[in-house]
Amino acid sequence: MSKPKLALYWAASCGGCEIAVLDVEEKILDVAGFFDIVFWPCAMDFKYKDVEAMADGSIDLCLFNGAIRNSENEALAHLLRKKSKVLAAFGSCAMDGCIPGLANLSTREEIFQTVYHQTPSTLNPEAIRPLPRVAVPEGELDIPTFYESVRTLGQVIPVDYFIPGCPPQPPQILAVLSAIMQGAQLPPAGSVLGAGEKTCCEECGRTRNEKRLKRFYRPWEIEPKVDECLLDQGIVCMGPATRSGCGALCVKANMPCRGCYGAAPNVADQGVKMVSAIASVIDAQDPAEINSILDQIADPAGTFYRFSLPSSILYRKQAEVV
Amino acid sequence: MEQTRFEPRIVGFLCNWCSYTGADLAGTSRIKSPPNIRSIRVMCSGRVDPSFVLRALQLGADGVLIMGCHPGDCHYQEGNFKALRRMLLLKRILQQFGVSERRLRLDWVSAAEGDKFAQVCTEFTEEVRALGPLHLETSLLPQAQEAGLEAQEAAL
Repeated sequence: MSKPKLALYWAASCGGCEIAVLDVEEKILDVAGFFDIVFWPCAMDFKYKDVEAMADGSIDLCLFNGAIRNSENEALAHLLRKKSKVLAAFGSCAMDGCIPGLANLSTREEIFQTVYHQTPSTLNPEAIRPLPRVAVPEGELDIPTFYESVRTLGQVIPVDYFIPGCPPQPPQILAVLSAIMQGAQLPPAGSVLGAGEKTCCEECGRTRNEKRLKRFYRPWEIEPKVDECLLDQGIVCMGPATRSGCGALCVKANMPCRGCYGAAPNVADQGVKMVSAIASVIDAQDPAEINSILDQIADPAGTFYRFSLPSSILYRKQAEVV
Repeated sequence: MEQTRFEPRIVGFLCNWCSYTGADLAGTSRIKSPPNIRSIRVMCSGRVDPSFVLRALQLGADGVLIMGCHPGDCHYQEGNFKALRRMLLLKRILQQFGVSERRLRLDWVSAAEGDKFAQVCTEFTEEVRALGPLHLETSLLPQAQEAGLEAQEAAL
């Protein structure tokens, strides 16, 4: 009997999800023994044409990490969807847009201006921009088209499962893969796998008190106490708006949760859930005083939506206010 | 000219104890106010989750008006203060997302202030009318957004 086929792909991502898969350590040998790995560009040599040659639905499981930033990402998403029986958005980029998604607070033109013209390290006197197609003596070259907005995988193709995290934590990855390898019944399509059903706060061992804040601190401005809720101490911690499953790793290292496991269950929008949480703990009733306290939170959109901007309700920067 | 005037679609969240009663008073007193506000009664302005505001904008509202009891008068002690803090922070988020924060207004209307209800509705309607329609680019497919709009219209 032939082995089930596994594919792994990276779109707009950093490669951390790939490393997280390898971080299951020696268990990767069990994975490689159980599955026939048919596509994994990061780790093994495959070409896109190899995938195109496969029969539709012949890949049993595809773990797709990375957001959809350009036409190549999108083409591979459609191709792998067609070739896969079960396709999972693996990691925060594919699920919510993650760090690449923060670019949705800029337009494509602003990004190109910064990258190709304005950065001090850029020397580009002829103001050259990459073109999707260019003719050279040897023929025509093409590179992927850079889109205006970053989209999540689920905004481009139907996705069966979502595995959150930046990156998904290796024990969670192993739990998911082990369950599949043991033939466990998969939950209904659309489910989140490899995570909890509560908020990050539920996994945090710190003591929580009544929160009444008049001052917010950025992590470098204060040496936080190790046993007390970070939000109680005035540090913006995304725990209350974030799905559990990581084991509260950041707060265990005395750093605030940044929200990589995405919106908590039944939360429509991670960022504005945090707006609610922050608004609840500010100890002020006068608009001027409230605003002066809010001034201490630098870049609220970038902080509250650090990992979920493209999957948020507002999705991207709109054209009304420049 | 009158027919082509832009009529903004405004979702109003009115607190049960003060503002909704204030709106009723405006009605029974026959005070004129623009019909652009689609009122939704909530138990408290503090019940209005910021995601309600964004969802309204996403599904086709051009503005969102929240009304609650005056400071110090909240039936639940301090729900309206919570609403105030939320909306001040939400306005910052809206600006960062390139949506004018003037599309969101929070005001206090007591059960006795039918006239103020009409005045706030009129002011806000004119403000949003001046801003023009909100063309929000969302991740929703155009059909899904259209379906959302139709569902919203059907519910009115």
